[in-house]
Amino acid sequence: MASKYSNMTVKAYRRENGRVGVRNHVIILPVDDISNAACEAVANNVKGTMALPHAYGRLQFGEDLDLHFRTMIGTGANANVAAVVVIGIEPGWTKRIADGIRATGKPVAEFSIEQKGDFETIRAASWAAKEFVHMTSEYQREECSISELWVSTKCGESDTTTGLGSCPTVGNMYDKLLPEGITGFFGETSEITGAEHICQKRAINEEVGERWYKMWKAYQDDVIFAHQTDDLSDSQPTKGNIEGGLTTIEEKALGNLEKIGRTSQYIDILEPAEAPSSGNGLYFMDSSSAAAECVTLMAAGGAVIHTFPTGQGNVVGNPIVPVIKITANPRTVRTMSEHVDVDVSGILRRELTIDEAGDALIDMICRTANGRSTAAEALGHREFSMTKLYRSA
Amino acid sequence: MSEIPHLLVHEHDDNVGVVVVEGLTAGTDMLCCVTHDNSTFRLTAGADVPIGHKIALKDFKEGDTAIKYGEDIGKIVADIVKGDHVHTHNCKTKRW
Repeated sequence: MASKYSNMTVKAYRRENGRVGVRNHVIILPVDDISNAACEAVANNVKGTMALPHAYGRLQFGEDLDLHFRTMIGTGANANVAAVVVIGIEPGWTKRIADGIRATGKPVAEFSIEQKGDFETIRAASWAAKEFVHMTSEYQREECSISELWVSTKCGESDTTTGLGSCPTVGNMYDKLLPEGITGFFGETSEITGAEHICQKRAINEEVGERWYKMWKAYQDDVIFAHQTDDLSDSQPTKGNIEGGLTTIEEKALGNLEKIGRTSQYIDILEPAEAPSSGNGLYFMDSSSAAAECVTLMAAGGAVIHTFPTGQGNVVGNPIVPVIKITANPRTVRTMSEHVDVDVSGILRRELTIDEAGDALIDMICRTANGRSTAAEALGHREFSMTKLYRSA
Repeated sequence: MSEIPHLLVHEHDDNVGVVVVEGLTAGTDMLCCVTHDNSTFRLTAGADVPIGHKIALKDFKEGDTAIKYGEDIGKIVADIVKGDHVHTHNCKTKRW
């Protein structure tokens, strides 16, 4: 059924594989930690490129290594990225990542450092990066349906106002745009603890709900109960959450789940950094609740815009995905307004309805897709944080 | 709503509400609003309670359950008088 959201369009970049991106980044992607310096040097040589330094990529194995490759390839494949220079210490894993990104059809150049050194690698990679900047800076935005956007969510520095205002605002947006055909992501496995019985019921059918519960239970058993010292009360709720008035994990989880609205149901479950493959709709990604890690994983899964409700004022950003901050806390609006994109504190004063707040967020999503810089982008927040499952060999 | 509410309550079943103004002081005659249907009631604040923190809508005995969003959010571990501050000093998860 047509709604007032059905005909909304944005001006965005259509990539070689048909996916729609809202930014046009040329990234210099290190395969491993020891290639960060070369990547940063290339990004310094060639303006309009961005290095994505990170801490890992050596001697990882098994499921942890799979996640590393998935995150690297997914980041390069993201539709907000126009072209990629991949640099690694040796050619094997470098090629594996470059080929993974190349499957999208976008331009990729790869370089490895062994038997050349940083100088020669930086020289050659800088030439490639400069060519990519010339080429991609001529790419034009074109009209795309709002339904083609992949929009993720995760909240941070939550307090009781997130459950009252900013999370229901995101939920209202999903209730309106998921029926139009957008693809959505939510996650934060540990933060659902306390509302797992409700989350399970929000699956599209019993089979998906059971798979969700199995995934959540495995996390409880393999991660929390295996590594806890006493209980989670020192880290969930966090000290910031408690300062903001959240008392128990149940209270926190119930507020968190407001992000999927009243009617939205998730259609499938994703591994960390996995791209959706079951069609349009809402997906639960098994992910950390730490802001930068979660946004990085969802970006690697293909999200091109992230909606981030915050109470006490989380300042996170991402190098390739614009992060839209939404807050309902009037103290945060007063003290940290440089970080706020959508102020919904009117909900607390009963001056703004959730419906109106949802429309304000949809408007900001369109403006962001059209090119408006978010607060996190303007402030240079480029947190790129890999999730690591266990220690390296 | 001409007057700005001091306290918001999610559901009618809830027995705690959230302070949504800064600098709330003990003795304030609070306008309380149930967001489910925007119905209102009044309650006197029993303590200075920071924005975002919870206030008891009834007298609690140790062992009672705190309800918010219409759901169980934890156990009361110390008696609380209606209007007083509810937080980690008197309310805990039932999980551990």
